Amino acid sequence: MARPGWIEPQFWHVSETRQEAPDVVTLGLTPAGRFEFLPGQFNMLYQPGIGEVPISVSGDAADTGHILHTIRDVGPVSHALCALRPGQRVGVRGPYGTSWPLAVAAGGDLVIIAGGIGLPPLRPALYQALGQRERFGRVVLLYGARTPDDLLFTDELSAWRARFDLDVYVTVDAAARGWRGDVGVVPDLVRRAPFDPPHTTAFVVGPEIMMRFTVRALRAAGVTDDRMYLSMERNMQCAVAMCGHCQLGPFLVCRDGPVFGYPQLARWLAIREV
Amino acid sequence: METVNARQPHSTEPGQSLTGPVVFQAAALDQLLDAVKRRGFRLIGPVVRDGAICYDDIASAADLPRGWTDDQDAASYRLRKRDDDALFGYNVGPESWKKYLFPPHARLLPTERPPDEPYAFLGVRSCELAAIAIQDRVFLGGRHKDPHYEARREGALIIAVNCGEAGGTCFCASMDAGPCATDGFDVVLTELLGEPGHRFLAEAGTGRGAEILGEVGTRPARAEDISAAHAASQNAIASMGRVMPELDLHQLLAENYGHPRWDDVAARCLTCGNCTMVCPTCFCFSVEDISGLSTSETGGDAERHRSWDSCFTMDHSYLHGGPVRASGRSRYRQWMTHKLGTWFDQFGTSGCVGCGRCITWCPAAIDITEEVAAIAADP
Amino acid sequence: MPQTLEPLLRGHKFFAGLEPAHLSLIVSCAANEVFPAGSFLFREGEPAQTFYLIREGRLALEIAAPGRGSSVGALVVQTLGEGDVAGFSWLIEPHRWEFDGRVVERVLAVRMDGTCLRDKCEDDPRLGYELMRRFARLAANELQATRLQLLDVYGHAHDR
Repeated sequence: MARPGWIEPQFWHVSETRQEAPDVVTLGLTPAGRFEFLPGQFNMLYQPGIGEVPISVSGDAADTGHILHTIRDVGPVSHALCALRPGQRVGVRGPYGTSWPLAVAAGGDLVIIAGGIGLPPLRPALYQALGQRERFGRVVLLYGARTPDDLLFTDELSAWRARFDLDVYVTVDAAARGWRGDVGVVPDLVRRAPFDPPHTTAFVVGPEIMMRFTVRALRAAGVTDDRMYLSMERNMQCAVAMCGHCQLGPFLVCRDGPVFGYPQLARWLAIREV
Repeated sequence: METVNARQPHSTEPGQSLTGPVVFQAAALDQLLDAVKRRGFRLIGPVVRDGAICYDDIASAADLPRGWTDDQDAASYRLRKRDDDALFGYNVGPESWKKYLFPPHARLLPTERPPDEPYAFLGVRSCELAAIAIQDRVFLGGRHKDPHYEARREGALIIAVNCGEAGGTCFCASMDAGPCATDGFDVVLTELLGEPGHRFLAEAGTGRGAEILGEVGTRPARAEDISAAHAASQNAIASMGRVMPELDLHQLLAENYGHPRWDDVAARCLTCGNCTMVCPTCFCFSVEDISGLSTSETGGDAERHRSWDSCFTMDHSYLHGGPVRASGRSRYRQWMTHKLGTWFDQFGTSGCVGCGRCITWCPAAIDITEEVAAIAADP
Repeated sequence: MPQTLEPLLRGHKFFAGLEPAHLSLIVSCAANEVFPAGSFLFREGEPAQTFYLIREGRLALEIAAPGRGSSVGALVVQTLGEGDVAGFSWLIEPHRWEFDGRVVERVLAVRMDGTCLRDKCEDDPRLGYELMRRFARLAANELQATRLQLLDVYGHAHDR
């Protein structure tokens, strides 16, 4: 009898949904069995008849009964996922991929830098760092989005801002006058944030252009390449290193990523169409 | 990272071949095929079809391409009648064994039943053994195994055939993938046409293979048989139509992503993807979802299918509204740098076995060995 | 000893590395200012003969955009804070402010008189070169940031 192997998803119930932004929804899922993940990993979420997409787990890794995925509505599958209601079910395979190396950051400052929909894959790392706060020096969150309406997790952002052991800087590309915060780009936040560059580890997620500009700003500030980590994206279909789509030069993003150390990525980011 | 060891003709590894080489008359080949069929295998072998030598179900030796050979060159494949009765007197056609082990189309969900009968492949060339080993690493060698590939592969019986002559686009020798089969088979045959008669030198590679050979009327191989076989492989080595430059291809390609040669080949490449279809190691597949009237949130009549995909398609690298690799240049470069270079990073070996199919079946006559030589000449 | 603004200039990121002799030269062009929230440092189109070293608070560079940007009809293109500089137009013809500079949070700033500075630079080209270098770097930075904003990297659900 054929074994389903990597192919077959489990079906989990949606326990809650939350509208984070006009086109972004967080789904809370109840795992069908035992499920553990590391910050930075992703699941393949399946809607029968429509398709399957890779979505980073965006919740607290310590909360194994309640698995969160924050999804942006950009295509037929994500659209269906964003329309789910509590009680409905979604197919899940995972977790897959590499994770944020919190251990590398321990003993120094940790700067978490998110652009747009890049914040969800970083949130579990932030939770983990806050859960072991004494292991780190300064912990800094830098977050940029297109407009104030596109900011995610706004309630949490306020709560994080109120903490004395966390520095939070938020900026948007453009805003109308009602916005009382920063307007500008994430690399400029890097210039202003208080951290000690030679002893800093940075985790960066966002559109590729934003990550490249941010790396430049981190380098200019004195952060060394070997302490920068990025999360990359490519077309993903199997998530088990077999379908060939997620190749990025020598890497299979589903297996060697999505979290990569910057030094191994650097030369590949500089080559167009790779 | 392993490297493929240099191939020795007819080396039998300790403990592997149980009886030493034997010889049987060509006319007795059906005894071998019957022994295979008796064991419930579905016998697949070479046949002449559509002007080429392809793989298909066969019932007996009568179905084999007796007296046919293939003349191959870049963008050219022709069958030609030989002046002898060789049953395996050709090299490789447009199909490879991935047609059976990794079929062009499969249903992933609901789970598809594996084939009822295990396959027996007759006529597997050394380059094809190497290609199967390469696909084994992709589908079985990682953290996750592919159940479809596993189901077809685990019971498959392999009867390899050594080449006595290389083809116009062959370069297995310079890829360390032939021309002699050294492992990965149940039985290996070398067809001998000279005196004292049309016969096969046969060796078992597994206990199963030895059992099967035991049901054929054979005699022990004599020195003259062995030296005839050796001469045949020497002939194959000497007649290779192409040669891959002996270089560290992984490094050469990694350092030349910006080489002007890519523009040159891009002007010729049609991005038709023929090379990926005929290549025995190409493994990319795409997943497609189908819904029906009774599709439900846990499936219902929804289906997932997979089909062969090619890195030459515009959709292959689709991300956020467009392909990462839009230009033909970048897609050709992806194929070649993956096949010869980044495959090492991903799976620990080269992806190329030197079978030459990509050269033969490219309508623009692009030759992968020539492209490497051009880059190497001016890195 | 009379209190000069020299420590304020020396302490601002923009003048980091400027020779003490040059700092002394230009301190007479400086004035300390406080701007309450809601006030404007400058308005689009007004003559621009000054620039500001922001010491504290938040300044929004805004542009009037009828029909866009809330009921007040203005869009914010950038905010500036501690360590930032507002104003190039004093350097370049026709010396007019290109944006409105509106105070979001009370701003403490050092106002530099452009005419005064230009005179000092005429007298001491070396000082001129040092200031030009700093403004070039600032302009390059602004350009890069503007381009990144222009690229609209985060996209929008409607742009599918």
